[in-house]
Amino acid sequence: MNLHGVSAIYRFEMARARRTLMQSVASPVLSTSLYFIVFGTAIGNRMGDIDGIGYGAFIIPGLLMLSLLSESISNASFGIFFPQFSGTIYEVLSAPVSPFEIVLGYVGAAATKSVILGVLILITARLFVDYSIVHPFWTLAFLLLTAVTFSLFGFIIGIWADDFQQLQVIPLMVITPLTFLGGAFYSIEMLPEPWQSLTLFNPMVYLISGFRWAFYGVADVQVGISLLMTLGFLLLCLAAVTWIFRTGYRLKS
Amino acid sequence: MRPIITVEGLNKTYASGHCALRDINLAIKPGEILALLGPNGAGKTTLISIVCGIVNPSSGRVRVDGHDIQRDYRAARACIGLVPQELSTDAFESVLAAVRFSRGLFGRAPNSAFLEKLLRQLSLWEKRDSRIMDLSGGMKRRLLIAKALSHEPRILFLDEPTAGVDVALRQDMWQMVQELRQQGVTIILTTHYIEEAEAMADRIGVINRGELILVEDKSALMEQLGTRQLRLTLQQPLEQLPPNLSGEGLSLSEDGQELVYTFDAQHETGIAQLLRRLDEAGVDFKNLHSKQSSLEEIFVDLVKEAR
Ligand SMILES: Nc1ncnc2c1ncn2[C@@H]1O[C@H](COP(=O)(O)OP(=O)(O)OP(=O)(O)O)[C@@H](O)[C@H]1O
Ligand SMILES: [Mg+2]
Repeated sequence: MNLHGVSAIYRFEMARARRTLMQSVASPVLSTSLYFIVFGTAIGNRMGDIDGIGYGAFIIPGLLMLSLLSESISNASFGIFFPQFSGTIYEVLSAPVSPFEIVLGYVGAAATKSVILGVLILITARLFVDYSIVHPFWTLAFLLLTAVTFSLFGFIIGIWADDFQQLQVIPLMVITPLTFLGGAFYSIEMLPEPWQSLTLFNPMVYLISGFRWAFYGVADVQVGISLLMTLGFLLLCLAAVTWIFRTGYRLKS
Repeated sequence: MRPIITVEGLNKTYASGHCALRDINLAIKPGEILALLGPNGAGKTTLISIVCGIVNPSSGRVRVDGHDIQRDYRAARACIGLVPQELSTDAFESVLAAVRFSRGLFGRAPNSAFLEKLLRQLSLWEKRDSRIMDLSGGMKRRLLIAKALSHEPRILFLDEPTAGVDVALRQDMWQMVQELRQQGVTIILTTHYIEEAEAMADRIGVINRGELILVEDKSALMEQLGTRQLRLTLQQPLEQLPPNLSGEGLSLSEDGQELVYTFDAQHETGIAQLLRRLDEAGVDFKNLHSKQSSLEEIFVDLVKEAR
């Protein structure tokens, strides 16, 4: 195991985040805070509780999930896209590092940043909304699992993307709408049929529901199913990454 | 001595269908400087990229210090430093951070003293805290060299290291290459400045259209393929060659001032005989000099022939 190599990649990526602190931390924390102010403090008081939870608190898991997903994806995808774009990837490809070590460095750094961001959002949320966490262990577990899984997903997007636009398209056009429609702001039980059944095809429902269970002990779908769905997606991403390195897809001609 | 790099039956066809390398066989000796020459698009960079693990070979086998570059890629790559042809560098990193990154990436423990020495040697120490985007082109090139050397490789690939580098710096660079060689580093370089290859290399390989058409010791190459000329400046210009002098390889310059004798360096020179005959014919000369064809001339001939 080339630990020096892994740590070189990891630290390079973390240094990049430090240089872009405004963009990678401040702006997502600020934008999520706006939701908490608007929906938690201002409008939230006029909304009824959902599943016995105040509206401001109810939306925390979903909003946190939204930031976690989009930041994991954009961080990890940019991290691997840019060296390919600028040509500096030659060095990583010519180094004695295994595919696993490369992924560990890039995805590990992206996931670390997401977890830090998640914790920051949780802390700032406390400023505006009163909430307490029922299953702290599972909250952390879902946080980590989601950060790792979607950083891996972002890594794949970064390798696949041809240009900066493709890099943006999945987080903006797929992840954000699916999260909004996946029960970030409501319980899916509030939806009329057939929407309630159709919603079950939205993978974000399982992520958000699982996360909300960890927070408040209430869920739209069984937490076991949420966990399995997340793990399943993780395995899918792992398989894709393995295939990428085995074939050299996009990385090597 | 066991070769440090062995290339056997290497072929590369890019996804576009372009065949960039055809059946390359090459053994590189430890400690030598091998210059790869060839026109644009010949396949030099492709060959280097395959050995370094950046491009997948279509078929064939490459071993570096006995390690297969695919099965045993860790051991193989750990020996190699690469200075790529393209100036691809990060932009916002500092010089020192970039060099540290490279050393770590290649599995080496941090060594600030070594990196300082290296940066000083390449006149980059003053710039260690500058962002890479603020460096000049020549400095970026040197940074790439520093990155390649940061992990103390035993083999160094230099893909056109002197493109866009000023004269003084180029000389420094070759000075450094010689020093590395004295430390036992094997160096494979490509260049379009053939005088450089002539001055630096122990062996010359010529690639043309994906084929390695020749690999030869430089001195043997120049001897075998080079022709030599002996030019005699005459006391009195001649109208035409005296009859007893007309023969193989002798000609008169247009103004009649010079006799030019061209001979194949491999064979009997016949110079002694020529001088005797000149004496008999009563032709006096005031000056003579000999000239060997340059590697450049040999190279141009070779590539033309293969076309
Ligand atoms: N990624 C690629 N995909 C398709 N074709 C490629 C690729 N890289 C190189 N080629 C082609 O392979 C051939 C050899 O290219 P290569 O870069 O090895 O040449 P070279 O000898 O290094 O030339 P130069 O002296 O210009 O650097 C060229 O015809 C080039 O167009
Ligand atoms: Mg080239």
